[in-house]
Amino acid sequence: MLTKRIIACLDMDGGRVVKGVRFNNLRDAGDPSESAAAHARDGADEIVLLDITATSGNRRTLLDAVRSTARSLFVPFTVGGGIRQLQDAAAVFDAGADKIAINSAAVRNPALIGEIARRFGSQSVVVAIDAREVDRGFEVFVAGGRVPTSRGAIQWAREAAAWGAGEILLTSMDRDGTQSGFDCALVREVAEAVSIPVIASGGAGSARDFIEVFRDGRADAALAASIFHFGMENIAQLKRELHDASIPVRWPC
Amino acid sequence: MIAIVDYGAGNLHSVKKAFDCLGAEAVVTDQPGTVAAASKIVLPGVGHFSSLRALNTTGLDEALLQSASAGKPFLGICLGMQWLFEGSEECLEVAGAGVFPGRCRQFPSSVKSPHVGWNSLTVQEGSRLLRGIAQDSFVYYTHSFHAPVVTETTAASEYGLRFAGAVERGNIFGVQFHPEKSGDVGLSILKNFCEV
Repeated sequence: MLTKRIIACLDMDGGRVVKGVRFNNLRDAGDPSESAAAHARDGADEIVLLDITATSGNRRTLLDAVRSTARSLFVPFTVGGGIRQLQDAAAVFDAGADKIAINSAAVRNPALIGEIARRFGSQSVVVAIDAREVDRGFEVFVAGGRVPTSRGAIQWAREAAAWGAGEILLTSMDRDGTQSGFDCALVREVAEAVSIPVIASGGAGSARDFIEVFRDGRADAALAASIFHFGMENIAQLKRELHDASIPVRWPC
Repeated sequence: MIAIVDYGAGNLHSVKKAFDCLGAEAVVTDQPGTVAAASKIVLPGVGHFSSLRALNTTGLDEALLQSASAGKPFLGICLGMQWLFEGSEECLEVAGAGVFPGRCRQFPSSVKSPHVGWNSLTVQEGSRLLRGIAQDSFVYYTHSFHAPVVTETTAASEYGLRFAGAVERGNIFGVQFHPEKSGDVGLSILKNFCEV
C-alpha cells in the first residue's frame, strides 16, 4: 500500500538551517547535512532543503550544502530556492538533488516547469506554492511570501500540473511556523483539483495535525520543519501515532 | 567493476553514491567498450521511455544484451527495468529488450499519477536480489508507467492494481523502485546485487 509521506524541511540561510514564524524571526537550527542525516535516521521519508535567502551570491554555498547533504542521504532529496532557469536546476541536480522545487520563477515563467520536466522528468519537478487566505479564496505570493500575485492558488496548482509539475508543495503562509495545524481547507481544495501528489506544509504542531491533513485535507505527504528541528515532535514517535490512527505510513522503516 | 550506464536520463549520481557507500567499485559510463569490460552492469533511469532510444543509437543496447547473455549480472532500475520488457505504451516507437514479456502501461485513472512515494513489497521466496528483504518492506517509487506481473516477478506492489516491483531471471534483475533512495532496505538490495 502506498504510504503517506512525512517530509522534513530544512530552511537554509548562509549555509545554516534556520526556522522562522510566518516567514520571519529566524532561529539557528544547525548544519544541513547533519540535520538531514538525523531526520532520515529518525524515519523521515524525504528531505527538502530550501535556500530561503537565495541571492545569486550564495549559490556556491547552496551547491556545497547540497553536495555534502546528498553524499550520505539515501532517501529522496528535494532542493529549492533561487532556481530561475534550466541551468540553475541542472547545477542542483548535478550536486546530487533528486528533485528541485521552483516557486517565484515558475509563476513568472510557467514554461520553465515544462523545460525542466522535459530534461529531467516530471517526477523531478516540484512546484512550490505559498498561499494566503484572502476575501475571495487563497492568493499566491512569491519572493519568499513578500509579493502578492493576485493569482488564485487552486487555479495556479492546476496550471502548474498542466505544465508538467510532478508534485505540488503547498504552504499556508497563515499557518507557517505557528504549530496551529495545517490549513486542511486549502490542502483539500488543491488535492482535489489536481491529479498529482500534494505535499501539505505550514502549521504542523502535533500528530493530530498530521492525521487531520491526511484524512480531511487529502494530502499525499506532509512537510514540517520547526517541530522536528527543535525536537518537539520526534518523527519515529509521530509515525507510530499515525500508524495507530490507521494512517498508512512507512513504519517501521 | 560495476558499469553504471549513462544514456542521458536519470539520476546517476545517487546510484553511484550508493555503491560508493557499500564500498563497491562503480563507474558511470556511456561507452560500449567500458560496458563490455565491466563485471556487472546497472542500467538506471527515470523519465520518459523515449530517452531509451539513445541506447539503440549509440550501440549501448548491443553491449548490454551481449554482456547480459554472457552471464554478467545486470540490474535495471526504474526505466532500466522497463527496458527489459517488450516496450511501453509511453512510447511505442522505441522497442524494449524483450527479456520479459509484455508492455508497460499507465496506471488506471482511479489513482493519482505519477505513483510517488514509499510502497510495500510482497516478496516471493527464492529471489537472489531480494535475499533477506522482509515481507512488506517499504521502497521508494516514482513513475507513471508500470510493468505487468509476470512469472519472473519476484516482488509486487499495489497501486490501483498489482504491478511488478522486481523481476529476475538468472543473472538479469530489474526493480521498478529506486533502491538508491529506499534507505537501508534499498542499500541491502544493492549489496545483494554486488554479491551475486
